[in-house]
Amino acid sequence: MLNPISLAFKKAKKEKRPALLTYTVAGDSSKKQSLNILKAISNYADILEVGIPHNTPVADGGQIQTSAYRAIKNGIKMNDIFKIVSDFNKSKNSKPVIFMGYYNMIFQYGESNFLNKCKKSGVNGLIVVDLPWPENKIFSKKCKKNSINFIQLLSPTTSNKRLKNITKDSHDMIYYISMLSTTGGKLKVSPKKILANYDKIKKISPKKNCVIGFGITEKNVSNFKNTDGLVVGSQICKEITRSLNNRQNPVINVSRMVSKLRDKIS
Amino acid sequence: MKLKKGISVIDQGDRLGFWGGKFGGNFVPETLKKPIEDLEIQFNKLKNDKNFIKERDRYFKNWIGTPTRFIKLNNLTKYVGGAQIWSKVVSDANGGAHKIYNATVHCLMAKRSGKKVIIGDTGAGYAGKMLSMAAKKFGLKCKIFMGAKDIKRQQPNVKAMKENGADVIPVYSGSQTLVDAVSECMRYWVANCDTTAMCVGSTVGPAIFVRICGWSTSQISRELKVQLINEFGDVPKKLKLYNCVGGGSSSFGFWNEFMDYDKKQVEFIGVEAGGPTKSKRHAAPLTYGSKIGILHGAAQYVNQNRDGQIEETESISAGLDYPGISPLHCFLKDTKRARYTAASDEEALKAYQIVTKYENLRPSLEPSHAFSVAIKEAKRFSKDTIVIINSCGDAYKDRGILEKKLGKKYVKSN
Repeated sequence: MLNPISLAFKKAKKEKRPALLTYTVAGDSSKKQSLNILKAISNYADILEVGIPHNTPVADGGQIQTSAYRAIKNGIKMNDIFKIVSDFNKSKNSKPVIFMGYYNMIFQYGESNFLNKCKKSGVNGLIVVDLPWPENKIFSKKCKKNSINFIQLLSPTTSNKRLKNITKDSHDMIYYISMLSTTGGKLKVSPKKILANYDKIKKISPKKNCVIGFGITEKNVSNFKNTDGLVVGSQICKEITRSLNNRQNPVINVSRMVSKLRDKIS
Repeated sequence: MKLKKGISVIDQGDRLGFWGGKFGGNFVPETLKKPIEDLEIQFNKLKNDKNFIKERDRYFKNWIGTPTRFIKLNNLTKYVGGAQIWSKVVSDANGGAHKIYNATVHCLMAKRSGKKVIIGDTGAGYAGKMLSMAAKKFGLKCKIFMGAKDIKRQQPNVKAMKENGADVIPVYSGSQTLVDAVSECMRYWVANCDTTAMCVGSTVGPAIFVRICGWSTSQISRELKVQLINEFGDVPKKLKLYNCVGGGSSSFGFWNEFMDYDKKQVEFIGVEAGGPTKSKRHAAPLTYGSKIGILHGAAQYVNQNRDGQIEETESISAGLDYPGISPLHCFLKDTKRARYTAASDEEALKAYQIVTKYENLRPSLEPSHAFSVAIKEAKRFSKDTIVIINSCGDAYKDRGILEKKLGKKYVKSN
C-alpha cells in the first residue's frame, strides 16, 4: 500500500496538477490558532508541512523566523507540537503531515523517542534542514523502519555526483531548493532555470516525487504547473504576521490565500 | 575518547568532521555542502603548501607584527605572592587582538579562490574589526554581522569597522548578541555562497571553520614556545596556561603547540564567562555542565532548554557571550587535557582593576576573566611555577562599560 504522502501526489497527478504543500509554524501564533489554520488550509492543500520552531534557524529568512519566535515566545513545546498534529489528524479533512525542523530538536528528544511520537501522532514525513546527506544516512534508515518518509533536500549547489547519491538514498519524496537563498527570498532565478534543474532531477530519479520550494508565491506559482509539487511557506507566514498586525483573523486570511494558490495551479 | 599525539588536534576529527566521535561535524543546509567542501579541499591543500605558509608568515610578521611580547608581570607576581606571573601580550597584534590571525588567513584563502566579498560575524567587535582590516588590506568587500546589543556596547570597534569600509549589519533577532550574529551571517552565506566567502570569527561553526581558525591562532603558541625556550632554556617543568574561553579561538591557539606535553608539566586552564553573580544566566557551558546540542552547524556543549532551544546568555564581556563552545574544547574537556572553570562579571572587573593597578597592561574584559582565576590560583603555586595569561585583547573597546562600572576617573587614569 502506498503511504499517505505518495497517495496525495497520486491524487494530484490524477487531477493533472502539482500537489500543493503548505508550510506553517506549529504554535504560530498560539497552539489553538495554528491547529485551526491547519484545519482550514487542509481544504485546499494536499500535504501540510508543520514547522518545528527553533531559535537559531540558519536556513530561514525573516518571515519564518518571525513566526518561529512568535510561537516560542508563546511557550510552544515539542509535546504541544505532537498534540497539534494528533488533534489535526482527528479532524475530518486531515491531510498528510510533514515535520520540518532543525536536528537539535530531534536530538534532544532522542531520535527513537521522536520517531515513536511521530508515528503515534500521525506524522508522515520529516525534513531536517541541517542534517544533510551523508550525515543523515542512519537516521533516514530509522525513519524508513518507522514508515516515516525522510525527505532529502537538493539545491542548485548540489553536484551531479551528490545528486545521484542523495536520490538513491531518498524515500518517496525529494525537495528541490529553487535557488541560493534562505526561505522566503525573492525568486532571483528564472522559472525556466529552476525547471531545467527540476528536469535534471526527474531524469535521474523519475519515480520519486520532487517538489520545489523557496521563493514560491502566488505571483510565480503558475509557472510551475507541470511539476510534482510546490511548497509555499514564507508567504503564508507573512500573511499570518500581516493579519495579526491588522487585527484580522489569520485563519480566514491564510485559508483564502491557500485557496487562491490552489486555483492558480489547477 | 583519546587525544592522539603527534597529530595536530585540528586534524584529529573523523571523516565526517567529528572530534572524539561526537563533537563538531557539519550540521548545515544542503546548499552549504558544496562551498564547505570546496573550502575543505582548498584548506587541506594550502596548509601543506610551502608557498602559502611563506605568504602567511610574511603577512603575520610584517603586517600583524609577530611575535607579540612575552613579559613578566613583576609587580603582580609580588602582589600575589606565589607562582611567577607572565603574560603573552597578544593584544600587541595589529588591531589589538588575536582575531587578526584567522581574519588574515580567511582573506588570503578568499583571494585565492577568486571571491570578491567576505562576510563575518562578531561579538566584541574584534573579529569584525580584524576582518574589515584584512579585507581592506587584500582588496575584498566586507560585511560584518553584529548583534544590535553588541553594537551598542562595543562602539569603538564598530567605528573601526566602518572606517575600514565594512558594512556593519545590525542583527535584531533573538538576544541581539553573538549567537544571533553568527546565525544571520550563516543565513547570508546560504543565499550568497556562490560569490561570497565566509569567515567564522572563532573556532566554532562547521568543522572546516573550526580547523581554519585553530590553525590560524596557533601562531600564538608557536611564538610562545620559542619565547619560553629563549627565556628559560626549555619549556618550564611547571607551566600553567590561562586563557578565557568564549568560542575558544584564542585559548586553542595559546595551547596548541603544547598539546603533546604531559598535563602535569603544561596545564591548560580555560576560563569561561560566569555572568553576573546574581544572574542564573551565564556563558559557561563547560563549567556548568550543559548538554550536548547542535549550534551553528556543530555538535557541542551548549546552553539550551529541554526541548533544544538555545538559551540566552549573559556576560559583561561581549566576546565571551556565546551559549556554545568550540568542539575542540569539548574534546579537550572530555579527554581531560584541559581544565575549565568560570569567572563572574564582578570577578573579571576586579581582576581588571588589579592588573591595571600593578602593571602597564590593559587586558580587555575577556582576558580579565582569565586573569581573575590565574591571580586566585597563583597564590597556591610554588615560586618555580610559571603562570602565563594570554592577554588576547585590549580594553580600549571596553571603555564605555568600564566607565559605567568603575567610574570615569578610573578609566581615564588608566
